Amino acid sequence: MYQFTYHRVDSARKAINLAEKNEDAKFLAGGMTLLPTMKQRLASPSAIIDLNPAADKLAGIEQRGRAIVIGAMTRHYDVANSKIVQDAIPALADLAGMIGDPAVRHRGTIGGSVANNDPAADYPSAVLALNATVFTNKRKIAADDFFKGLFETALEPGELITKIVFPIPSKAAYMKFPNPASRYAMVGVFVARRGKEVRVAVTGAGSNGVFRASKFEAALTAKFHVKSLEGVNASADGLNSDIHADAAYRAHLIGVMCRRAVNKANGK
Amino acid sequence: MPKVSMTVNGKAVSANVDARTLLVQFLREDLRLTGTHVGCDTSQCGCCVVHVDGKAIKSCTVLALTLEGANVTTIEGLAQDGKLHPMQEAFRENHALQCGFCTPGMIMTSVDIVNRKGNTLDEQTIRHELEGNLCRCTGYHNIVKAVAAGAEAMAK
Ligand SMILES: Cc1cc2nc3c(=O)[nH]c(=O)nc-3n(C[C@H](O)[C@H](O)[C@H](O)COP(=O)(O)OP(=O)(O)OC[C@H]3O[C@@H](n4cnc5c(N)ncnc54)[C@H](O)[C@@H]3O)c2cc1C
Ligand code: FES
Ligand code: FES
Repeated sequence: MYQFTYHRVDSARKAINLAEKNEDAKFLAGGMTLLPTMKQRLASPSAIIDLNPAADKLAGIEQRGRAIVIGAMTRHYDVANSKIVQDAIPALADLAGMIGDPAVRHRGTIGGSVANNDPAADYPSAVLALNATVFTNKRKIAADDFFKGLFETALEPGELITKIVFPIPSKAAYMKFPNPASRYAMVGVFVARRGKEVRVAVTGAGSNGVFRASKFEAALTAKFHVKSLEGVNASADGLNSDIHADAAYRAHLIGVMCRRAVNKANGK
Repeated sequence: MPKVSMTVNGKAVSANVDARTLLVQFLREDLRLTGTHVGCDTSQCGCCVVHVDGKAIKSCTVLALTLEGANVTTIEGLAQDGKLHPMQEAFRENHALQCGFCTPGMIMTSVDIVNRKGNTLDEQTIRHELEGNLCRCTGYHNIVKAVAAGAEAMAK
């Protein structure tokens, strides 16, 4: 790890003030991505702004009207075990419970995961499929405008995610084919239906990160049933090929995971 | 160098540390608690698992400075009055280790599983919950048996 100056902050405002003064400072949330990358010297921020002392103010789960509001510093473990989330959006609680392993879930946060936008991370698919809104210290950003490619988001330097607001769907499910070593998604598909709209988001597969599968969305909007997907297949264009799976296999998995997710959402 | 204070195995400790110090380095190098191991540099093996405020975490992936004021338990903190903790005893009884390198992390994770899931654990639950702990020797079979037995013994 390269040297950095360490700052402990107990409020979002202090974090933002410091970030404005230190151009290449990084916020530290759960550290489950940032610290491994710093250990490998793939990241070398000059300053670390530790959000953990402000975790109480930046974490929490509540229902507001027909939406679930989750604070940025809420740990994966707390989302997975939240009664509010389990009742309103069980698919989201399931997803949080599938991230990594118990020790990772005890520290990793939703804000860190969404800000990081790893192409194999789980949460981005939920944010996109549930049409969530990302709130920052400056503005609110719609899911469709937030994810910009591999590890790229609409966030500006020094911009802090404060919370994420998920509208409650009528039906939703997440299915993940995990890489057995890392537990990250080789392919993960999140399907959600709200009113007449059906959204299908795919993670783990796209060489440009999470994306919406429009062919699947169109077929499921006509009728939200697995039979609507007969003959609907994902194209291998623009999908990842690596030692774990080639693009054609990932394309196949998108179809399989999507069908399983639709069945699960329909209670089958 | 910044100062950090925390409670480790019931004892108040503090030290001036380089900001880069990971909890595992603080435990091993400053406190000489070498029961907590480092088995990888990718946060995947679980050899370094300790409890922070009652929850299992990977001590190789948290800065010591982050844990100002925290309550940490390591493998050295489990045995009481010279008597092994029931989970340690179950690992011994069931031959759940060979080289023993993964064992401290396995045991700390297993105690955490019992804290969260109770004393009756089926095989599937145990295997799923141990996903973040790798063992290169045993093939896991006896570890799974030990966790089930240790979980029951912890109820007594
Ligand atoms: C062994 C292992 C297995 C894993 N498996 C999975 C998996 O299966 N699925 C999965 O999705 N993830 C997985 N992860 C990643 C994990 O979910 C991380 O917790 C997550 O990606 C990052 O969250 P964090 O809170 O740890 O963020 P950090 O590592 O602290 O930060 C990540 C990045 O986000 C920035 N950041 C953090 N918080 C904010 C904020 N509020 N506003 C703006 N920027 C912010 C940081 O500056 C940094 O650049 C795994 C990690 C490990 C170590
Ligand atoms: S040393 Fe491998 S996970 Fe910590
Ligand atoms: S006993 Fe050798 S690594 Fe597990």
